[in-house]
Amino acid sequence: MSQLKLKSENIKVFYKDFQALYDVNMDIEENRVTALIGPSGCGKSTFLRTINRLNELIEGTRTEGQIYLDEQPIYEKDRDVVELRKKVGMVFQKPSVFPMSIYENVAYGPRIHGIKDRKRLSEIVERSLKAANLWNEISDRLNSPAARLSGGQQQRLVIARVLAVEPEVILMDEPASALDPISTSRLEDLIVELKKKYTIVIVTHNMQQAARISDYTGFFLNGQLVEFSSTDELFVNPRDKRTEDYITGRFG
Amino acid sequence: MGKMIANGLTAGVVKVESEEKNRPHGQQRFRPLNIERGIEFLLKLSAAIAILAIILISIFIFARGIPLILKIGLIDFIFNLKWSPSHGSYGIAAMLVGSLVVTLSSLIWAVPLGISSAIFMAEIAPPRIGSMLGRMVELLAGIPSVVFGFFGLIVIVPFIRTHLGGNGMSVLAGAIILGIMILPTIISISRDSILTVPAEYKEGSLALGATHMQSIKGVILPAARSGIITAIILGMGRAIGETMAVVMVTGNSTIIPGSILSPVRTMTSNIVLEMGYASGDHQAALFATGAVLFIFIVILNLVVNISIKAGKNYAN
Repeated sequence: MSQLKLKSENIKVFYKDFQALYDVNMDIEENRVTALIGPSGCGKSTFLRTINRLNELIEGTRTEGQIYLDEQPIYEKDRDVVELRKKVGMVFQKPSVFPMSIYENVAYGPRIHGIKDRKRLSEIVERSLKAANLWNEISDRLNSPAARLSGGQQQRLVIARVLAVEPEVILMDEPASALDPISTSRLEDLIVELKKKYTIVIVTHNMQQAARISDYTGFFLNGQLVEFSSTDELFVNPRDKRTEDYITGRFG
Repeated sequence: MGKMIANGLTAGVVKVESEEKNRPHGQQRFRPLNIERGIEFLLKLSAAIAILAIILISIFIFARGIPLILKIGLIDFIFNLKWSPSHGSYGIAAMLVGSLVVTLSSLIWAVPLGISSAIFMAEIAPPRIGSMLGRMVELLAGIPSVVFGFFGLIVIVPFIRTHLGGNGMSVLAGAIILGIMILPTIISISRDSILTVPAEYKEGSLALGATHMQSIKGVILPAARSGIITAIILGMGRAIGETMAVVMVTGNSTIIPGSILSPVRTMTSNIVLEMGYASGDHQAALFATGAVLFIFIVILNLVVNISIKAGKNYAN
């Protein structure tokens, strides 16, 4: 068993009067891929966004409970959110490349964290693009607009952008849902490769994908974490009837 | 369950078919097509009338103005400082400079203020207050220019006269009034373009550990750039074209202003002040002034289009 990286303790999220999550407890290990599955609106994305405190952007959202990153509580009054989000990067469903060049997209993160030296920035950009398996395809047009890349390339660019900030945890919110099968499989290869250095939590609608790439899987339903165990166990031998129904396609 | 859906589908298809059979066939198809063509014709006609009006006005302005420009020479018309119709001297250099000076000095303060207000309304104020302020600003755009001019004459001109010297009728008074008048344009268009920046950009930036202000500067403003440039240029267009308020507060001397407290006459003012009694060459010179203004505005519009296209290049 590897080291504990993240621990969520009785996480509850309220959106105005609506309770989106009920007492979620989950232990996430370092250098592992943890997949969150469940039908739409079950709270899996909401849970993902509690880990970098991104839910706070939506007015009327309240979070109770605690999440520990390396045993440090993240829901503390004096916790530096900027510092937290530097450690916990996030990749969104829609590839959200910024309207600037490929180079500028990757250099954006290091720049806001105070790196100004051009040589160092170029090194970071190259290293991040290489780590995201994108360098070979675009190294000759770093200054062209990022929006001209294909969807799969854009998503890998977003990952490179996250890597450039040198995070420890990477959250992915259905990163492959807008991609074609070939781009998806490249992305999956990349995720498996990235877990050597990073801890990855991924929300996915695609159960085969969860089975292929994850070490642990959590099944969410109606705001509750119904079952959480190793991926093999959850798919082969689910303990809960509802998990079994979901993974065999009987509902959802 | 699958079977049920299949049954439902077949039932639906059968139903549609039976309804189709009950219709008197040919007529049903023909009538909507006639209406379609009629509407299409009306739309084409409206477009043609609008375009024709613009073309006719343009032809008229140039037909009346160009002969005079040819008579005295384009260079002389534009660069001659002496505007003295009674002596047959038609140089609009002072007015050209006047228009530019008044417009630019209004932009100098209205652009930063307008963009900052737009950022506040779109990004910082709570959404409800932001949209309330937006509506109020749009209301400001509906106030007739003569009211702004009157306000300038009664409040701003005396203020400048007492506190800064001169007789108050000045570039400064024009710049203040024009700035107020173009603020609504700059604010609403900038605000709209900031609001249409996809939420993913902001979230993506914040998720990288950027602060709100860093995200505004680094991602939101660059993404809204073409809209903001459009806002500035449309504001500039409005400032160059504005007449009534400017005539009322700038003093209207046909000289190149020496300071912001000097009086100044713009091209638009020149037309409105003298059109009542002008005739012959004098009238033609006013039309020629209009033609120069027209070309100014066309160039501004081209710049808007180019900036929008440049923006699209980078956007998704």
